[in-house]
Amino acid sequence: MSQTASRSRVLPGFGLTLGVTLSYLSLVVLIPLSAVFFRSFSLSLDDFIRAVTAPRVLASYKLSFGMALLAAAINTFFGLLLAWTLVRYRFPGKKIVDALVDLPFALPTAVAGIALTALYAGNGWLGRYLEPLGIKVAFGPLGVLVALVFIGLPFVVRTVQPVLEDLEIELEEAATSLGAHRWQTFNHVIRPVLQPALMTGFALAFARAVGEYGSVIFIAGNIPMVSEITPLMIISKLEQFDYAGATAIASVMLVMSFLLLLAINLLQARQGRRNERRA
Amino acid sequence: MAGHVSALALSHDRAALLESKQATREPAWVKALILTVALGFFFVFLLLPLFVVFSEALAKGWRVYADALLEPDALSAVKLTLLAALISVPLNLVFGVCAAWAVTRFDFRGKQLLITLIDLPFSVSPVVAGLIYVLVFSSHGWVGPWLIAHGVKIIFAVPGIVLATVFVTVPFVARELIPLLQAQGREEEEAAVVLGARGWQVFWHVTLPNVRWALLYGVILSNARAMGEFGAVSVVSGHIRGETNTLPLHIEILYNEYNFTAAFAVASLLALLALVTLVVKSWVEWRQGRQAGEEH
Repeated sequence: MSQTASRSRVLPGFGLTLGVTLSYLSLVVLIPLSAVFFRSFSLSLDDFIRAVTAPRVLASYKLSFGMALLAAAINTFFGLLLAWTLVRYRFPGKKIVDALVDLPFALPTAVAGIALTALYAGNGWLGRYLEPLGIKVAFGPLGVLVALVFIGLPFVVRTVQPVLEDLEIELEEAATSLGAHRWQTFNHVIRPVLQPALMTGFALAFARAVGEYGSVIFIAGNIPMVSEITPLMIISKLEQFDYAGATAIASVMLVMSFLLLLAINLLQARQGRRNERRA
Repeated sequence: MAGHVSALALSHDRAALLESKQATREPAWVKALILTVALGFFFVFLLLPLFVVFSEALAKGWRVYADALLEPDALSAVKLTLLAALISVPLNLVFGVCAAWAVTRFDFRGKQLLITLIDLPFSVSPVVAGLIYVLVFSSHGWVGPWLIAHGVKIIFAVPGIVLATVFVTVPFVARELIPLLQAQGREEEEAAVVLGARGWQVFWHVTLPNVRWALLYGVILSNARAMGEFGAVSVVSGHIRGETNTLPLHIEILYNEYNFTAAFAVASLLALLALVTLVVKSWVEWRQGRQAGEEH
């Protein structure tokens, strides 16, 4: 213990950098965030419960959390396929595909929102083929799903890809030489190694999707009880100057994000330990 | 192990190796199926939205496109967007370097918690990020009434937009630096100190050359987010045309007025910024791969 303590003081700047870090974080992030909780305490319990369980708000939780779960599941499947393709196959334009996977990180959400709406609206490039089939994407719950799939995709690809790259070929060769079929090898050898990364990617995509606002509001149509997401409920409370109501809903969302963040950290710590053991 | 940074450079050879071996190869029809589904998904969900931005922006020709970008409200939105990025990116650069240094170069209690807290703005909904500043600085907020009495307006004004932008871009630089500094260890810096280097010299001559590409990428990424932030900024802006509109908010106004071509023209500017960001990212990864390759 004393050894690590003396070792940690070899390098200069501990007080300065930690001081800057803590003061900046407190000023910009922590103190303003605490305002949400202090404001919600100013509501009586009855009012708080009434604000966070109003039918329109309940419908918005169902949509936001339901669609975020579904989008994260879709992303986990296609994200795995894309990561697999990028690591294991050669094809023309691979570098471009690899770079563009991060597009949803870099593209502003408002741009994504209007682009997806233009694609899936009744007269859009995709909408004109989908609507005759009875599939209405834009201006309804399906539109929310499409937007959430778009913004969540890189999370899964980028958590799974490095794990796939580090996978030892010898494991698969051993499985094959012992007579395993390709599918058996995947299911019993590769999948267990990928599992923590897949779960982390799922959780990250889900966490991002629950709070997403910009890309969704353009395509959702925002019909009360049908296609209103929870962040929009906060905005509409604010527009009526109902600060207490907005804060109550925000505190529910914040508690959810804290829980998700905790889960993601646990998952990543577990994955980190596993990698260390293997190394 | 060069780590996943250089993996991009190696992935081509590795894919060739994996494709050549019986044990790591799928039957041809399975491979064709996976490729088709994965690339089909990529085309529909990532490529088409990008194409549609430029196609809609230029639907009425270059003249209309240029007019939409040169109109006074659009120009003032460009200015405000640049201002917000110009303030928030340097602030978070300094913070990110300090945080990464503190977290990776010293052991102290609560370090893991600190790393989690640095990431916090990523998991907070942008709308909530805007709301917290309204709760503190609006006329009904904690310090808002006092500030307004002294002539300082933050919410529905430029300072609020800057604050919201700072909040959403807090983690970017720190997040790029922390894993890299962790992987590189402290030995080089400790050797420099033992040899008599001062704090700044250590950072400037030992640490910085090792992390400059990651640092650059962190800056580029936080710049992209700063210029593109919508939700948080939308809550604090008040949408005053020509005064408190950033580019993303300007897009929303144009779109809601059914002025689609102009909305997509402005959107195409931000889409170009996103593409530049991705190009820089690929370039940084290539440089890092080369740097790691030279060291081994």
